[in-house]
Amino acid sequence: MHVVFESGFFTSAPVRTALIIGAVTAMVSSVVGVFVVVRSQSFAGHALTDVATTGGSAAFFFGLSPLLGFIGGGVIGAGAMDLIGVERERRRDLATGIVLGTALGLAALFLYLDTTKGATTGATQQLLFGSIFTVDPSTVPLVLGLSALGLAIVVLINRPLLLSSLSAELTRARGINLRGVGVLFMIAMAVSVGLSSIAVGSILSTALLIGPAAASIRLTKSLHASLMVAGVLGVATTWLGILFAYDSFYWVPSSQGLPVSFFIVSLIFIAYLMSGLPFVRRRFDRPPRANSAGASNQASIEALEVGA
Amino acid sequence: MFSGFMVNAWEVGTMVAVVGGVVGFFVVLRGSAFPAHAIPNGAFAGAAGANLLAINPLIGLGVFSFGAALGIGALSRRGRSDAVTALALVMMLALGAAFLSLSTQYEPQIFSLLFGEILGVSSSEILPVVALGAVCIVAVAVLYRPLMLTSIAPDIAAARGLRPQRFEIAFLIVIACATTMTVPVVGALLIFTLMLGPSAAAQCFTNRAGRAMAGSVAIALVTIWLALACAYESNWPVGFYVSVLSAASYGIGRGYAAWHTRRQVRATRESLRRVALTN
Amino acid sequence: MTDVPVLQVDEISVSLSGRQVLDHVSFDVRGGEFTGLIGSNGVGKTTLLRTILGLQRPDSGRVLVSGMPLSPRSRSLGYVPQKIVVDPDVPMRARDFVALGLDAHRYGLTRRSPQQRELVERILHDVDAERFADNRLGSLSGGEQQRVFIAHALISQPKLLLLDEPLANLDPRSVQDIVALLHRVARGYGVAILLSAHEMNALLPVMDRIVYLTGGRAASGTTDEVIRSDVLSQLYGHHVDVLQLHGRVLVVAEPGQDNQDIPQHPTLTLG
Repeated sequence: MHVVFESGFFTSAPVRTALIIGAVTAMVSSVVGVFVVVRSQSFAGHALTDVATTGGSAAFFFGLSPLLGFIGGGVIGAGAMDLIGVERERRRDLATGIVLGTALGLAALFLYLDTTKGATTGATQQLLFGSIFTVDPSTVPLVLGLSALGLAIVVLINRPLLLSSLSAELTRARGINLRGVGVLFMIAMAVSVGLSSIAVGSILSTALLIGPAAASIRLTKSLHASLMVAGVLGVATTWLGILFAYDSFYWVPSSQGLPVSFFIVSLIFIAYLMSGLPFVRRRFDRPPRANSAGASNQASIEALEVGA
Repeated sequence: MFSGFMVNAWEVGTMVAVVGGVVGFFVVLRGSAFPAHAIPNGAFAGAAGANLLAINPLIGLGVFSFGAALGIGALSRRGRSDAVTALALVMMLALGAAFLSLSTQYEPQIFSLLFGEILGVSSSEILPVVALGAVCIVAVAVLYRPLMLTSIAPDIAAARGLRPQRFEIAFLIVIACATTMTVPVVGALLIFTLMLGPSAAAQCFTNRAGRAMAGSVAIALVTIWLALACAYESNWPVGFYVSVLSAASYGIGRGYAAWHTRRQVRATRESLRRVALTN
Repeated sequence: MTDVPVLQVDEISVSLSGRQVLDHVSFDVRGGEFTGLIGSNGVGKTTLLRTILGLQRPDSGRVLVSGMPLSPRSRSLGYVPQKIVVDPDVPMRARDFVALGLDAHRYGLTRRSPQQRELVERILHDVDAERFADNRLGSLSGGEQQRVFIAHALISQPKLLLLDEPLANLDPRSVQDIVALLHRVARGYGVAILLSAHEMNALLPVMDRIVYLTGGRAASGTTDEVIRSDVLSQLYGHHVDVLQLHGRVLVVAEPGQDNQDIPQHPTLTLG
């Protein structure tokens, strides 16, 4: 037993918090991520983590609650991207880039000002890379509540979301407000990304958003199945990564351990690469059951894969 | 302001702006903002790794940025390119975090690799910048026309024997080259923002590709010169000024385009009314 | 040498993800001829054109251009794809895009000679695109873009111009204009045309030959040779009638026929 779980793994309070927070953020990120990947908004999804970090550094500077900074930054960033234009793909890419560049510039300023104030050594490190082991247990209920909110928005608008990523005209013809759906989704994304970047750091936030979703979409043919696979994959890689990181305190001579984000991201990356292997795909590619998962969703995912 | 280490900053800044403007024209044309962000930002991990092994950080940066370019290019054949880019980026960042945790001195270095320390450029760092910058510009000049067609109409280009996939990889390598050149001296943020805002602004002002490219170089130069002057005066980071000024230039460009369109619409409406009156 | 066809498609078969799209398709296109590739949507017209261009590898069979296998650098084929979306933000004039047809394959920056610039002007005039030559490519209407793409393809003086559904999404007036334009430039430049369409009636006045594609198989010949009840019935595998009405052709299936290619309407215009 001790070969796999080094002593104290189950009794350590930070580990227990990390396992809970990790599972929740992984689950929410993976579910939101399926829509992000299907809608080809990975860049925005990633950019929002950095924008949220800027909000965090601003909150640091003004002495506000960091959680407020992270989520506020994300929502403002999402609004700015929408304002510049998200209707055409090329301009969407540009809008994301411009907002991201500005946010990073502001982050540079706030981090600089933070360091000149002298009070916050390690702020850069912590803001950029975060650590799931240093999460304050008292924030857990808040993280859970806001996660549920982000998830609820996405579940509520899942059909228009999927339809609008297939055909804008078709969606409009059904009387659905395309812009409204897009904005709602951006807000849901900003909330969940802001949460996950404060909980697990901005690197892991992007990895959990895109990785499990991209892998599961390659493996499955229906929306429901890809949501399930993405959630399972996200939680599994997170827990395994936490275990490895904990154990790595005992591997590395410096006894400092390796960062948990390194292990989780590596596992996610390996999972994505494996999802492209023919024999893995074949194993998943069973004939669909007749009554499963709604024919329209199924057709749409297939159509999107052909387009990819 | 124009003496000592500032001379180096002016020289390096000018070179970076020229490269940013030239490469940035195609970054905007092709909608490649994400790789233009991911390659410089992720490549810092290479410098961190080189630091750990006590070798020249330029080598580490080069290995990581070219590796990222080839990896994104190869994996995009079989998957969604934006998801692949995101995964490549986080993988590099995670490696960077691992390298940093193994080394003892990190904080100031992360800061300078990400946000730049152009005011601290030493004379010995100028030569690699100029050499790699020249390689980037020559590469864009050589690829100019085929890259243009593959960017605008990939189907037509493919039918003429120009493989869009190969040009995608070639262009990612140009971005990697610009990254290797600029990240050690000015940071990942600066080159990314210089490739985006000025080029996007210039494309609002003209209908012609050549002029748009020249305009994007001009705007990038003004941006960096202004930013250097402001940073010198205020002591705030250069990266902050560059990013805010390039976003502002894009805002001005969009404003001009909107005004121009409205004026044209009004002129058309006027002439129609005149025709209606004379009839 | 003039009797070597510009294009020989020889027993081409193509499968896409396990589905046989083209089944031993053969036909020739001769120099200067106007050939219509006719078939309903999804019948494999685009796949056939992509195979001819070398963008799709056939399972069997071969394509010869002027008697030679196609080399990727060959510029004897011009191509106008079905749908090109050009973003209005792209800073490129229609004129510059046409000029790119001359030298897009060239590496490096060379100045265009006065003769080349003159050629661009002449071709813009020939396709009737001078009016909007200085506008952005992305700001043009569908019909205007179509002319610019035709000019782009023509300017490298190919022997054969391939057009994939150039008439789809155009209003009837623009369809007539484009057909007349193609007919005119084909004569003027001595270029053969292979044009795919799901609707043959607009092309009847100008088509020299027709390639009729259905169910992965093709029949080719002059219009009178192909659009006949016995030929098409054999192609469809069951009886169809061909009616001529006021200079238009109708292909009519018997009601109740259980065939995928023909919808269950008493009369059907093909397509």
